[in-house]
Amino acid sequence: MKLTFTAFAAATLMATAPAMADLVVPNLSYRTGAYGANGTQYADGFNDYFTLLNERDGGIGGEKIKVPECETAYNTEKGVECYEATKDTGALVYNPLSTGITYQLIPKVAVDKKVLYTPGYGRTSAKNGKVFEWVFNAPANYWDGASVAIKYLLDQNGGDLNGKKIALVYHNSAYGKEPVRTLQDLAEKHGFTLSELPVDAPGQEQKSQWLQIRREQPDYVIMWGWGVMNQVAIQEAANIRFPMENFIGIWWSGSEVDVVPVGAKANGYKALTFHGVGQDYPVYDDLQEYVIEPGKASQGGEHVGSVLYSRGMYAALVISEAIRKAQEIAGVSAISPEQLREGFEQLDITPERLEELGLPDFGPEIKLSCDNHGGSGMARMQQWDAEGGKWSLISEFTEPDQEILAPLIAEDSDAYAKEAGITPRDC
Amino acid sequence: MLYREAGDFKTSYRADGQTFPIRLDRWAYYAAIAVAFLIVPFIINDYWASAVFVPFLIYAIAALGLNILTGYAGQVSLGTGGFMAVGAYAVYKLMTAFPEISIVIHILLAGGITAIVGMLFGLPSLRIKGFYLAVATLAAQFFLVWLFNKVPWFYNYSASGQINAPERTILGFAVSGPAASASTKYLVCLVFAFVLAWVARNLTRGTSGRKWMAIRDMDIAAEIIGVNPLAAKLSAFAVSSFFVGIAGALLFSVYLGAAEVGEAFGINKSFLVLFMIIIGGLGSIFGSFAGAAFMVLMPVLLKNLLVGGFGWPTDLAAHIELMIVGALIVFFLIAEPHGLARLWALTKEKLRLWPFPH
Repeated sequence: MKLTFTAFAAATLMATAPAMADLVVPNLSYRTGAYGANGTQYADGFNDYFTLLNERDGGIGGEKIKVPECETAYNTEKGVECYEATKDTGALVYNPLSTGITYQLIPKVAVDKKVLYTPGYGRTSAKNGKVFEWVFNAPANYWDGASVAIKYLLDQNGGDLNGKKIALVYHNSAYGKEPVRTLQDLAEKHGFTLSELPVDAPGQEQKSQWLQIRREQPDYVIMWGWGVMNQVAIQEAANIRFPMENFIGIWWSGSEVDVVPVGAKANGYKALTFHGVGQDYPVYDDLQEYVIEPGKASQGGEHVGSVLYSRGMYAALVISEAIRKAQEIAGVSAISPEQLREGFEQLDITPERLEELGLPDFGPEIKLSCDNHGGSGMARMQQWDAEGGKWSLISEFTEPDQEILAPLIAEDSDAYAKEAGITPRDC
Repeated sequence: MLYREAGDFKTSYRADGQTFPIRLDRWAYYAAIAVAFLIVPFIINDYWASAVFVPFLIYAIAALGLNILTGYAGQVSLGTGGFMAVGAYAVYKLMTAFPEISIVIHILLAGGITAIVGMLFGLPSLRIKGFYLAVATLAAQFFLVWLFNKVPWFYNYSASGQINAPERTILGFAVSGPAASASTKYLVCLVFAFVLAWVARNLTRGTSGRKWMAIRDMDIAAEIIGVNPLAAKLSAFAVSSFFVGIAGALLFSVYLGAAEVGEAFGINKSFLVLFMIIIGGLGSIFGSFAGAAFMVLMPVLLKNLLVGGFGWPTDLAAHIELMIVGALIVFFLIAEPHGLARLWALTKEKLRLWPFPH
């Protein structure tokens, strides 16, 4: 039985192996599981932007873009399977939207020569392009986020956080643990006390953490959550009547699906973001005309304009700009992953360019180089308006505190280089 | 007609007691081993290794381990994920602390460490039985995951709590790390699976296996005829955990390359391995392999068929896949409550009589 089974598997696989063609940008998405509600929106935005380029401009530089989708369910084993299944189909770049899968792919992409683009997630120290040649995490990473959040709080308190109490509620995984060390260093620098409250995945059970918050009465709560954990945390905060305006989420904890279930009580909740919100950008007219009206939107287009949709779209935009740059440098339109890597390293998305693309002031300027794969790390704050049912931006793009971050990044990437036996490049 | 015992004369006790008494079975077994060792390594590619063969072999080892404990010795365990984590973290600490020593030794040592931890958590089995023991092992699962998350020493103080397998070689071939080739990874897992299955088979049909089964069938009666329950139960926990620890070590170092304890070794893993042995067949070596094959291959096959073959949206396919796998599990268990191994045994019995069943 096993033999026929294997033979059958072989037959189906042979029959379904995709042909080499076009520019292939696999979308390792998750639309099922505990994080499916968030993953779906991101995947839709990612797909739709490439559909727009294909429909409106005939692809990039005359080459159509193909976006085969593969379901990972936020599971590292399925993520590996998806990567292996797509890597021989001419794939250029991966964006798995999972810190766990990213950690797994970082060593693999260096061997297979594929670009790994992890905007706003993944391994923070991948910013150091000398060590992480194939990984890019512009425009911002977790440590940038932690630092910008503290900067915002400094602003709110007249530049002094001495004696304040800040609690960090985080997803007890690689993702959630990322900011801990940065926040500890920042606590030392600015004199606030930090209490760390891990929440085990998927995060439906947070009663004890919020009981502790209620007892300790911190001045601010910062959250690193994802999926169902966000909704539960915001609900619990509302239950203990924690003032929402003192509750700040990372960008992955600041989308509509996180706050809508809590209703009016979520009003005033704040979250970081590294891009604009809402549909007030010219690109949405094009999306409407070329993608949504002809019925080509991913999964029916029900999430167009949401925070995570915008983020998926933004990731696709950065990738497409890098492809464009790579085509420019290489002088050919059908580029290889190596050429795309060059394109990423010389990427320069100016505010003018963003305006041309129909997204004025949507994201920070992204200028990458051989040693800086993470950009400026600028982020801004958004706040939820429960009555209007929308997010609004409440601060300008802010630079993180590089004085704290740079040594941490150097330390962590050096540790990785040593562990993996990499000699850092000269830049 | 072809598949029969007639004409296959046994002239020694040794021949009579062999694992495959029927000639055709023996040939099939040798053929399968030959294909696995001599043909597959040459044709395997990264996708087949990472999506199918390597996870299948690793889960087969874990299922063998759990089958020894649950299937043969009758001690229900829900701690498999936790014990796999012990294997994974043990091999990580050994790999990073003693890089000059062969990874094979590290994997075996990781199994040994897991065996000790398994015996420790097996101690309550002397007092509690059945579902109550399941709860005690469930505590082991949660405790171990918590421990590896909480104590930074286990993950060498890395910022994210992730553990990454550095590159290690056997005879000059990379086994772990990104440079490891598909066939090396496959062969390493195959050798471990083959040797461990052979060990398991010979343990379970010898004295220790008989003791385990006596304990499983009725512990008081076993005690009266002279089986020491302390030794029998703890040895079952030790051997089982040794297998499970090796599976965890391989899962982390050879297959995944990076792992995070809550995600890779959570309670889901314990259930997955438990389902494997229930579907495959409790108390059967073949069943461990069949169950692992079913649980690993079925989702991959369905995914390729539905998304690749029919072009369905990935989320719809993922949901349908869950439903189909679930329905198949229910169907198989209704059709044959003793699992695939029993189904296989029945088929063979019918084949012996075919085409004259009376």
